[in-house]
Amino acid sequence: MTDTSISPFPVELTNPKKPARFALARRTIITPIFLSLLILAVATLAIMTGSRPFNQAMIDILVRVTLVVGLYIFIGNSGVLSFGHIGFTCLGAYAAAWLTINPLMKKTSLPGLPNFILQARLPYWEAAPIAAIFAGVIALILGRILMRLSGIAASIATFAVLAMINTIYSNWESVTGATSSVVGIPIVRNIWPYVGAAIIAIFIAWGHAISRSGLALRAARDEPTAAAASGVDIPKERLVAFTISGIVMGLGGAAMAHSIGVVTPDNFYLGLTFITLSMLVVGGMSSLSGAVLGVLLLSALIQGLRWLEAGVVLGETTFALPKGLQEIALGGLMIVILALRPAGLIGNREITFARFKGKA
Amino acid sequence: MLQIVFDSLSLGSLYALGALGIALIFGVMRLVNFAHGDVIAFCVFALLWPSTDAMAIVFAGQLPWYLLIPLVLSVGAALSVLCEIVVFRRFRRANPATMMIASFALGFVIRYFLLMLFTSRPKSISLLPMLSQPVEIFGARLPLLQIITIIVTVLILLGLTFFLRQTRFGLEMRAAAENFSMARMLGVRANRVIMGAFALSGALAGAISLIFVSQTGTADIQMGSSIMLMAFIATVIGGLGSLSGAVLAGFALGAASVVMQVILPVDARPFRDAFVYGAVILVLLFRPQGLIAARGTQERV
Repeated sequence: MTDTSISPFPVELTNPKKPARFALARRTIITPIFLSLLILAVATLAIMTGSRPFNQAMIDILVRVTLVVGLYIFIGNSGVLSFGHIGFTCLGAYAAAWLTINPLMKKTSLPGLPNFILQARLPYWEAAPIAAIFAGVIALILGRILMRLSGIAASIATFAVLAMINTIYSNWESVTGATSSVVGIPIVRNIWPYVGAAIIAIFIAWGHAISRSGLALRAARDEPTAAAASGVDIPKERLVAFTISGIVMGLGGAAMAHSIGVVTPDNFYLGLTFITLSMLVVGGMSSLSGAVLGVLLLSALIQGLRWLEAGVVLGETTFALPKGLQEIALGGLMIVILALRPAGLIGNREITFARFKGKA
Repeated sequence: MLQIVFDSLSLGSLYALGALGIALIFGVMRLVNFAHGDVIAFCVFALLWPSTDAMAIVFAGQLPWYLLIPLVLSVGAALSVLCEIVVFRRFRRANPATMMIASFALGFVIRYFLLMLFTSRPKSISLLPMLSQPVEIFGARLPLLQIITIIVTVLILLGLTFFLRQTRFGLEMRAAAENFSMARMLGVRANRVIMGAFALSGALAGAISLIFVSQTGTADIQMGSSIMLMAFIATVIGGLGSLSGAVLAGFALGAASVVMQVILPVDARPFRDAFVYGAVILVLLFRPQGLIAARGTQERV
């Protein structure tokens, strides 16, 4: 693929003839296919080992892939750092919880829900898309207001959104159970739904990136003035990306709710925000491949360090890291990676079979 | 009424000092320093002996106040400068997002370092206990501590203003904040100015930690992050890079929190912070460049 991020209008501007339909799609489809194969490989690995904790760890990774790809759709394409997206994950997770928990349990634990939700008991594959769309609608409404901002003001405004959602969900006793955890969400241990969610997220991200709106947004990211002068309506294109990424974040939230079976507002606050953002930035902020690879790399690091913390038997002595050192090592490694590669591991390139072109 | 004024002033003082610490660093190197909150926490724990008990073993905290205060301030300054030398120096040319994530990672390291030594349990600690008795002013009973907080903040702000306006170093720092490359060309030494900014910001973190601990009486590893979040928001509303804006916005946020606590109906009170954040978004919509826009931060074509 030629790099969409380097020449935002690769076809329209360089080629005076009208290009063949789907030419861009054909040239870039390798990336999502490759990433999906990578995801499938991870899932197959999990099934082949057959160990339950490993399976759970893989599910966590797949959920994070969904979330980080969701972040990429907005942050990568618009260049605006958003701290608020985990708020949409929170909305998605709670929506999934509302729709799937046994009505008998809901009546006592969450009495404030509207009646039709109280009665509902959907299977997870119906609840998840509804949850995603719910998150997307809220993202659309908030985005209408927020997307007029740009730069650091926009980042802070999204931060405020996150804090607002967290405050509301931590205090609205009758609907969200406040800070106590909402239990009884059916846990899905099968790995395939999570694989599906991650792959859907990847294809949505790819589809958006090569769409007219995605290309315009990338142009606006790299040359805001020139893009605006060429007729790109920057707030509108940002809003499109914000809504789509809100939907994907909501989907990721639903997946997360079903993977752990319990939701509390603090699951979806600063901790998750920073870990997902770190994965995106470490991988390469404006690259879809970077988003996926960042998740895989940092998750592998975290798992490896956890494993060391639990203790490894070396000959006669058990070698274990002291508690807390896992996080210290993770932070240290992140700093080292970023110091060596400030644009992230793969910059803003994408993985293709063609040779890498362009520079970060 | 007077109670409300003093409450908002003393809460605002904390936010203002925090915002100032962030704005100082942002001014010279365009870094939004997320590690600042953890520097605050570190300063508190520097007073304690590493232990896992709930009751803190006060180690350095037993010193008389005229030794205690300089000690905490220099701990903050030293840690902050160390962060600059070890980490941030490598990121001078990186883009803001990378720097931000790096500072977050650094904060993570500091926080878990504290966790390793002290565990995550909050510890009760009484620092300068003579300050907690109430005094009567104009018919209102106010804790002495609140008044001291406000006085100290005002003194710090005056001192800082004097430093920035009247000394050569302050002049260099203001020049660097306005246009860093131009200042360098005119002979301002970059490393010295940046290290100075970090040292000042670290000392401010020390001051916040002292005030905060004597107010709450607990030392908690998470304590930095709540102040940090508000301070961070105050920095942006105030106009990133503008020091007076940061202070003003810090006090405004403190006042907004306290006033909303009073005027909101009881049912809505738990949602106070949501209203405060909503107000923040409103302010940003009308003044995206901040209340007091700093010169030199506008995007240029």
